[in-house]
Amino acid sequence: MSVSTDGSVLTVTIGAESDLLRVRTTLRSESQAAGLGLTAATKFVTAGSELARNIIRYAVHGQGEVLIEPLQQQGGRRGVRATFVDAGPGITDLDAAMTDNFTTGGGLGLGLPGSRRLVDEFSIDSGPNRGTTVVITQWAR
Amino acid sequence: MPDEVPIMRIGRNLLVTLQGDLEDAMVEQIERVVTNEVARTQATGMLIDISGLTLVDSFVARVIARLVGMVRLLGAETTVVGMQPAVAITLVELGVSMKHVHTALNAEQGMARLRGLQDERLD
Repeated sequence: MSVSTDGSVLTVTIGAESDLLRVRTTLRSESQAAGLGLTAATKFVTAGSELARNIIRYAVHGQGEVLIEPLQQQGGRRGVRATFVDAGPGITDLDAAMTDNFTTGGGLGLGLPGSRRLVDEFSIDSGPNRGTTVVITQWAR
Repeated sequence: MPDEVPIMRIGRNLLVTLQGDLEDAMVEQIERVVTNEVARTQATGMLIDISGLTLVDSFVARVIARLVGMVRLLGAETTVVGMQPAVAITLVELGVSMKHVHTALNAEQGMARLRGLQDERLD
């Protein structure tokens, strides 16, 4: 586990279940730094927790990383973005994976569609044998 | 969470406090300790206090639901208390209904519910 910073981007590597705590605490502190309210922050951290657990559950050896960065719009509105990257097998059927209660890993099948509902912006890029990248963004109200 | 699972006996009820980071190993320990304690004390009711949890994702929600199910098989009813408002909002958005889990706002109301259930049993 390591947290490194490149300019204002924090990188948290995921390699084991014990790294989830670091992901959550980093997402929480960055949410607070960006001025997110308690509910917006809780939603964002929960979405991040779901996505980080997906990496541990599905990626090769459960390895991946999270890049967390503060954002600022032209009008001064602040937010935070987190990018979850893994080099796992990728998702064969994205439409199915984005459907509530669909699971191949014994979970509740709410991780991806649920995460999408919790954040302001959500994008996913995945395919067989090219890993999965999920980007979530939350803005201060 | 420390190695010891925080668990207290209040009459015929048990109060279990979930806090900190729930990892797989910790979850197994909680399930073992709580079920053993219900059997040992012959408890008829249990309160699970989650006021210390700032985050309940689908994994943690499932941990809570499993615990309630195990304790129910041993004959004790559970009420989950102390959920933070932001957590309630997040769970509904996430799609975790928790509809099979009885909840109350705080420990006092949770105990009142358990007492009501116990009175029904005596009738």
